[in-house]
Amino acid sequence: MKVALFVPCYVDQFYPKAAIATLELLEKLGCEVHYPKNQTCCGQPMANSGYEHLTSGCNSLFIDNFSGYDYIVCPSGSCTLHIKEHLHAHDNEDMATEIRKRVFELTEFLVDILKIDILDATFPYRVGLHQSCHGLRGLRISQMSELVAPAFSKPAQLLNLVRGLELVPLSRADDCCGFGGTFCVVEEAVSSKMGKDRVDDHIEHGAQYITSADLSCLMHLEGILRRQNSDVKVIHVAEILNNSI
Amino acid sequence: MSSTATKDHAELAAIFNRDEPRVDWHDETLWWVRAKRDIAAQKLPEWELLRETASQIKNNVLSNLSSYLEQFEANAIKNGAIVHWAANAEEHNQIIHKLLSERGINRMVKSKSMLTEECHLNEFLAQRGVDVIDSDLGERIVQLAGEPPSHIVLPCIHKKKEEIGDIFHEHLGSAKGESDPKILTETARQHLREVFLTRRAALTGVNFAIAETGEFVICTNEGNADMGAHLAEIHIASMGMEKIIPERKHLGVFLRLLTRSATGQPITTYSSHFAKPQDGKEVHIVIVDNGRSIQLGREDFRNSLKCIRCGACMNTCPVYRKSGGHSYHTAVAGPIGSILAPNLDMKKYADLPFASTLCGSCSNVCPVKIDIHDQLYKWRQVIVQAGYTPTAKTIAMKGMAFTLASPALYRAAGKMGRLTFKYAPFAVNNGANPWYKHREMPKAPEQSFGEWYAKRKEQKK
Amino acid sequence: MSSRNKILAAVKANQFSYAELPDLKMLNTLTDTGDNLVERYTAVGTAGGSFVYEVADYDAIKAILQKEFKPGVKIISGVPELDEYTNVEDVKHELSHSFADVELCILPSNLGVAENGALWLTEQQMTVRVLPFIAQHLAIVINKDNLVPTMVQAYQTIGDAKYGYGAFISGPSKTADIEQSLVIGAHGPRSLSVFILP
Repeated sequence: MKVALFVPCYVDQFYPKAAIATLELLEKLGCEVHYPKNQTCCGQPMANSGYEHLTSGCNSLFIDNFSGYDYIVCPSGSCTLHIKEHLHAHDNEDMATEIRKRVFELTEFLVDILKIDILDATFPYRVGLHQSCHGLRGLRISQMSELVAPAFSKPAQLLNLVRGLELVPLSRADDCCGFGGTFCVVEEAVSSKMGKDRVDDHIEHGAQYITSADLSCLMHLEGILRRQNSDVKVIHVAEILNNSI
Repeated sequence: MSSTATKDHAELAAIFNRDEPRVDWHDETLWWVRAKRDIAAQKLPEWELLRETASQIKNNVLSNLSSYLEQFEANAIKNGAIVHWAANAEEHNQIIHKLLSERGINRMVKSKSMLTEECHLNEFLAQRGVDVIDSDLGERIVQLAGEPPSHIVLPCIHKKKEEIGDIFHEHLGSAKGESDPKILTETARQHLREVFLTRRAALTGVNFAIAETGEFVICTNEGNADMGAHLAEIHIASMGMEKIIPERKHLGVFLRLLTRSATGQPITTYSSHFAKPQDGKEVHIVIVDNGRSIQLGREDFRNSLKCIRCGACMNTCPVYRKSGGHSYHTAVAGPIGSILAPNLDMKKYADLPFASTLCGSCSNVCPVKIDIHDQLYKWRQVIVQAGYTPTAKTIAMKGMAFTLASPALYRAAGKMGRLTFKYAPFAVNNGANPWYKHREMPKAPEQSFGEWYAKRKEQKK
Repeated sequence: MSSRNKILAAVKANQFSYAELPDLKMLNTLTDTGDNLVERYTAVGTAGGSFVYEVADYDAIKAILQKEFKPGVKIISGVPELDEYTNVEDVKHELSHSFADVELCILPSNLGVAENGALWLTEQQMTVRVLPFIAQHLAIVINKDNLVPTMVQAYQTIGDAKYGYGAFISGPSKTADIEQSLVIGAHGPRSLSVFILP
């Protein structure tokens, strides 16, 4: 199984450990993982700011990098969703369509494609799972609290396979953290208040770590935790699933 | 409100956030309403199909609106009502003013109508010497406070009971310092009974207008619409033209959804069906366009006209909960308001589609399944293309797009970026960095993943 | 061109390709049709602030009303069997405004809904539209057989009936506009008593 690793730009630049964990985890699980080295960004920062018309350069670069693989796997629900919903190329639409079908967020890839039900991982901590909105309501990797429908959660299902890990309950299971791309600076006051309230929910329930399938949310929450000099840390879900002490 | 007219959502939200305990209180109160909605929805196993059905009925309405409007008009006339048509807010207000002045009426009681807020009817009539009293308790409170409603269902949800006590003390003579909701409500009851008994004209909104029968339905908990309408000589019902539903039996879908979504009640206390005028009295129905026909023609945004004004999207929206309704500086606040308002004035409301994280919770609670967050995304594209964004932002975005389209530039910028965060999404603003105000920057690692990977490849060889 | 014609022309020009009305059959088969309607009506009605009484006969209703309402207060009845009060037919010529001091209004209903506690009354039962709103207290009498599970069956029952005015009333008038704290007795009745007859 030929898998291309799609590493979001900010993960590449600021959180390489999450990308390394994703790579190692996929290799451990038997995938032949390639990292197309000329990849940059999915184009979401521009598109969500209203500049989708400026993303054609990113789109063609993405197609150049990610054509010809069985699957494209990304440790971010948000970037995956952007590709799934917005990757187009007027001169290469067939390939764009193919890529949109083959791109997967990491936890949905592990559950739906690799069908992982055992995992050799240990993480003896109390962990709060932050449901990132794009993975949740866009990719539907977990059930959404608004709907009248059976509960499930792909990231929680995987985390429950990890030895020693205890998932803490939250008062608000899937309230947004307030990152929201450029929202976090344009609407700084509301964004940071939303982040603070999310962090408080995890801390009140005894979390030692906050994890998520999206590092953008975690970067925001980490910024708040560190400003508060909190002992609580953020960690990408791949780093937990790849952790074997 | 002139003081807020020049400030955008972000600025008004920042002001709201200066009082953090108040933000927490506002957030908790609305989250509680959302929680009540969840409990009510969970009691109906067919909930999702109910939403889908309502959405499809509204699809049919929007695809056939002109015929339904004509059918409704014909049946309403047959029932004895008089039907008026208003192309815009100005015409709506003029029609109502004329109806009142022709009858020598200079005082009117009005139950909740967001349409009249949208049209600024109260101000229009006040300037012409007509006194309007809002009879919904929440609306009466904000009216006495000289403010617009901050929520379409809970107009004074931003006000604390102590503040309401002060307002009532000043205007209605309640005891100083009295803040018990029971006593304040009783004070309003006595005050408004007198109003209901002495007003010759009553204006109400319309929740649903039924093409098949020409009747219209109004939902309240307080009974104020009925008290006003049944006691007055003339009942004026203002309706946005999208309020049409085809048949009476469709109320069996919408009335099951409306209040469960709004407050978690299984139905409002009163769901009143007005078909014919009472003997010797008049019913006037004003059908209002005010931009709705334009929105109908916007393929990406026409579904916003499905809205039944339940307010669920506001209660669930974390941005609304933590910024308050007034920060949206438009009659209908929150997510739904942010997709409706740009249709009326794209420049004035250019900020609203950006007042969202696109989290998508609004679309999930919407009882008629409006794709609210997708429309927010699409409005952003329209607003940028129309040129209503700051030039600096456009330049930054162009620079970012140019850099990200080139692997070499990206790598170079990334190296710098780890030092300066130049192109990170949280640093598009090159002035004082808003990220840092409440958050630490991410720690810059020694190498990027790309660099690590290249080295690993070297070592493997 | 009048505004009417302008608006209709604009709407016509902008409405999109025709979408069919959905078939309600599937939804209606999923909708509750269960039994125990009295029990469920009572639970929902009570939660909505109503006093719900399952009574054996009209005498039982009289006994409860005598206990709850002092003699001498103005009570208007639209229920023929409860005839010791002012009959609504005898006062319907009066101005609506004259009912401001009515303490209790008693009316019959032929349709009640278990899922939400709502009772359907038309002008026929009300006689005067404002009565069930202006009275300080409201009592509604219904036969158990007239309860239906949901609004779906309620509108099937109403069908294409002709009425000048009709209302579903599901409890006492109420508001939660002040800090979301529920207060019973807004502008309409301060209480609703529902009497369910066998």
